[in-house]
Amino acid sequence: MQVNENKEFEPLIVAFCCNWCSYAGADLSGTNRLNYPTNVKIIRVPCSCRVNPMFILRAFQRGADGVILCGCHPGDCHYTSGNYFTRRRMTLLFSMLDFLGIERDRTRVEWVSAAEGAKFAATMNEFTEAVKKLGPNRRLEDLRCRKQ
Amino acid sequence: MQEAMINRAKQLLADGTVNRVIGWKRGEFAYDITPAVFDSADELDSDFVFDDFTAANVSKYLVKESKKEGKVLAFLKPCDTYSFNQLVKEHRVVRENVYIIGIPGGPKLDAEKIKAKGITGILGVKNENYTLKIDTVYGEETMPFYEAVLDKCASCKSKKHVVYDELMGDEGDVLDSDRFDMVEKLENMTAQERYDFWREQLSKCIRCNACRNVCPACTCEKCVFDNPASGVENKAPADSFEENMFHIIRAFHVAGRCTDCGECSRVCPQNIPLHLLNRKFIKDINELYGNYQAGEDTTSRAPLNDYRQDDCEAGIVHERGVE
Repeated sequence: MQVNENKEFEPLIVAFCCNWCSYAGADLSGTNRLNYPTNVKIIRVPCSCRVNPMFILRAFQRGADGVILCGCHPGDCHYTSGNYFTRRRMTLLFSMLDFLGIERDRTRVEWVSAAEGAKFAATMNEFTEAVKKLGPNRRLEDLRCRKQ
Repeated sequence: MQEAMINRAKQLLADGTVNRVIGWKRGEFAYDITPAVFDSADELDSDFVFDDFTAANVSKYLVKESKKEGKVLAFLKPCDTYSFNQLVKEHRVVRENVYIIGIPGGPKLDAEKIKAKGITGILGVKNENYTLKIDTVYGEETMPFYEAVLDKCASCKSKKHVVYDELMGDEGDVLDSDRFDMVEKLENMTAQERYDFWREQLSKCIRCNACRNVCPACTCEKCVFDNPASGVENKAPADSFEENMFHIIRAFHVAGRCTDCGECSRVCPQNIPLHLLNRKFIKDINELYGNYQAGEDTTSRAPLNDYRQDDCEAGIVHERGVE
């Protein structure tokens, strides 16, 4: 996250991608020469249900302005049912963040298969734009981690 | 009631059904009633207390007590039986080693609310026709009974004992409570108002861990907040992020398992309404995945250990409530 008077605000986006679908989807968007913003930093996880609520909060603590979690489409999980559990967990977590007054557009769950390189790029473009509009994460940041 | 409980406990001790009793004894002050284990009839006679301040939920103590030799007698109020049942479901207590006597529940009193009226030096209370006669070192004071009732009792969800071996008093019913009213009120605020509300509340947190330690659902032997590598082990929150994180994670770890016994808010020395966070999860689970009351039975699957193929997507958060 950099805020400079001369420069436009560039958000830092953390994308948790499941190894089997979304990470391969990101790979495909690369090999297809599709553009998605450099703001997006991908963290590969074995399954979307590997992501526990603490990961999301830690990402925000260490300077993320938006966190997106990508996994296989429901029904396509490599481990059969991981993403179904993710769906319930993240719904509840995001609802709680919203309840605490943290902007609801900073978090998102998106299902991206290994064949959907175009969807991956489009999702990241759209999400980055949305977070850019919100501005820097101030409500769930750790001041000690702010880079100035 | 106290007499009847002591007599029944003595009988069960004498005939060897149980070899100890978990109940309550007086702490430093009259309103300071604390859980205790009694081994003999003499101890019961001298120390056992059951009065309007006896709000503590003893079910969590049974995690350890039920693993010792012999049976333990526990007096459980209706809300405590939900916690106990939840622990049975999670295989945290040995059911066979506990003899449960169901006792009538609250409403119990909140000493803080009495003190807030400027009444200090409390020696004892008497409830006469819903007027509270408070005996203090400065003489007798009175206040309406319902103004001194604990928040958790004011929005009681059930007077029904979901598990017991024998019952003292009558069997109660599940109540139609207004416990989600405050959650709903917050949901209808704007994000800024909600943020301000929670900053005001959570910034009071001193991380004493009382909410975690008292919670009957928080029975992990190794807690994430005791992990030295977490950076938040046993220390006061350094900034707003750590306050938020502790409370989000604490509530999340008991989501779907919280029976809404309200102990977290009762023990909070800073009077943070922590039960609202738990109730938010309960309300969401009820609305999104069907009504579920943790501890009601020992067989159903917990909502976060379960799924349906047609569950809503996480994006539903964007469509609900006020932005």
